[in-house]
Amino acid sequence: MTRVAEISRIRFFFRRLDLTRRPYLPAIAVTLLLFVLNGFLQPKTLRPVAIVADISTYLPLILLAVGQTYVVLASDIDLSVGGIISLVNVVTVSVMAALGESQGAIIAGILVGLLVGIICGGLNGFCVAVLRFQPIVSTFASGIIFAGFALWILPQAGLAAPDAYWETYGDSLFGIPFVLWILVVMAVTVALIAKLVFSRSLLAVGGNIQSAYQSGLSVPRLRISAYILCGLFSATSALCLTGDTASGDPLLGAKMTLGSVAAVVLGGTALSGGRGNPLGSIFGAIILGLIGSVVFFAGVPFEYQNLVQGLIVLAALAGGVTVARR
Amino acid sequence: MVVPCLLVIILLILGEIASPGFASPGQIIKLLTLAALLGIVAAGQNLVILGGREGIDLSVGAIISFGAVIAGNIMQGTNSMVAPAILGAAGAGLGIGILNGIGVTILRIPPLVMTLGMMGVVQGALVAMTRGIPSGNAAPALSDFITQPVLAGIPGILFVWVGVGLIMAWLLSRTAFGYRIYAIGTNERAAKLTGVSAWRMRIGLFGLSGFFAGLTSVFVLGYTGNSFIGVGDQYMLPSIIAVVLGGTPLSGGHGSYTGTMVGAFLLVILQSILITLQMEEFGRQIVFGVTLLVLMLFYGRQRRLRV
Repeated sequence: MTRVAEISRIRFFFRRLDLTRRPYLPAIAVTLLLFVLNGFLQPKTLRPVAIVADISTYLPLILLAVGQTYVVLASDIDLSVGGIISLVNVVTVSVMAALGESQGAIIAGILVGLLVGIICGGLNGFCVAVLRFQPIVSTFASGIIFAGFALWILPQAGLAAPDAYWETYGDSLFGIPFVLWILVVMAVTVALIAKLVFSRSLLAVGGNIQSAYQSGLSVPRLRISAYILCGLFSATSALCLTGDTASGDPLLGAKMTLGSVAAVVLGGTALSGGRGNPLGSIFGAIILGLIGSVVFFAGVPFEYQNLVQGLIVLAALAGGVTVARR
Repeated sequence: MVVPCLLVIILLILGEIASPGFASPGQIIKLLTLAALLGIVAAGQNLVILGGREGIDLSVGAIISFGAVIAGNIMQGTNSMVAPAILGAAGAGLGIGILNGIGVTILRIPPLVMTLGMMGVVQGALVAMTRGIPSGNAAPALSDFITQPVLAGIPGILFVWVGVGLIMAWLLSRTAFGYRIYAIGTNERAAKLTGVSAWRMRIGLFGLSGFFAGLTSVFVLGYTGNSFIGVGDQYMLPSIIAVVLGGTPLSGGHGSYTGTMVGAFLLVILQSILITLQMEEFGRQIVFGVTLLVLMLFYGRQRRLRV
């Protein structure tokens, strides 16, 4: 091979590793590392059944993290996702119960749940993009409102979801576990969205909102769309959680909000916006789950598990930020 | 500054109408006591936010929980150990705050992420220390200081809060350090060019935030008597909101602590009215959230794009 050809081959290879265009690479690497470590500590986790169970557990956070990513790419943030989860979960189960738990009722419940997610996202987008509230305080306030409505609709946890709903969720379709189907559909959706001009425009808004505006982008519409997408993904996450827990619980989403932000950072997306990729957030969420698993299987004494987990997450966040900064 | 004060008065009137005795001197003092607890931790939060660069401290709630357990264990109900307990809790808070500051400046981790991660670490350390079972008791002298009148029917904690307010006002408007805080919050590059060491200042600001949170933890312990895991969680986001309501935008650069004090009082009154109205939990939450959103119409709205 000629020298020139050799050099351009090397360049081609390194361009594939360019962290600016592929900020999710470290997240993928860390995920693989943790997965191997997990398998080393407890070989039984490598069995397909265990992997499917893990996916089933991580799926809600994965969906949430992806939704959060779109908002963060536009340099906003959505702290109400936990509230949206609670509200959608409660509404879905209530609708299904009220309509008699038939197949039609289940579908109606799912559709209403998704609609609620869209409405919540729209409200957030309106407050941030049109009323120009600060995202942190505004979405925090709306999160409280959504959680409040959840409490109103279902004051006590425990309304059971229809058997058909959660049985299907835990079951297989054409031999492949349902949750894997959801994962695949989500991945395809994310890939399709990435191909739209919308994604590029979001990055432009997040990068420099003034320039984005002055080059003609409809900035408020883009920001609202990001929030609506986030609401939609949050609603899907709630539907999965409902499938997992098989009941309604108004306090379900509380802890997941900050976890979604952590997952986004771990995936290499900059919180300041303009840089990043939902693919990274998927792996970020998996990383969070795997860290807990590794800490558990490493035999860390019970009382130290939270601390070790927290330290690892902090170190990982530092890493994620360093990657996003390039 | 005018709007929050007006709102305080309006809310007090509304509260009095809804429930006679709401605005009685005794009740107001109780409200002010709660506001003092929030106000002192909000002082640290205020400093961090003023410093700019999206400064925020999400770990204050965890530090309060942590400090309360430390203080309670040092005190174990003995009056003589109150001072060491204060030193211990405030010192721990200071240390955690400085770690936050180092992460933000030297490792250049955004404050939201750093303090979020630190919150998880501190919570984990809390569980490791207590094994899930809270321990430690407040000394009677401390509890009395917080809840019983010391002078003219006013509990000691309120004097402490006024003291904090005076120190903050002096710090921010009469010292070079204070002016430098506004400088790095407004235009960090210009400040650096005039010789201000922004990173050293930020470590100091985060340290102070941790310190105030540690200090608050002792008072919270005195207020509740004994600590329970997560006692501090309810202070985290309200401390941020109190700062915003007081006139300091989240981007920093301008604002005063007196505004934050009024903001803290406003939040406490709001929460209290909702409880007094005997609304159920969900109603209180919804009204609280909606009120926050309405208040946001007057506070810190972001710039228009059309210049």
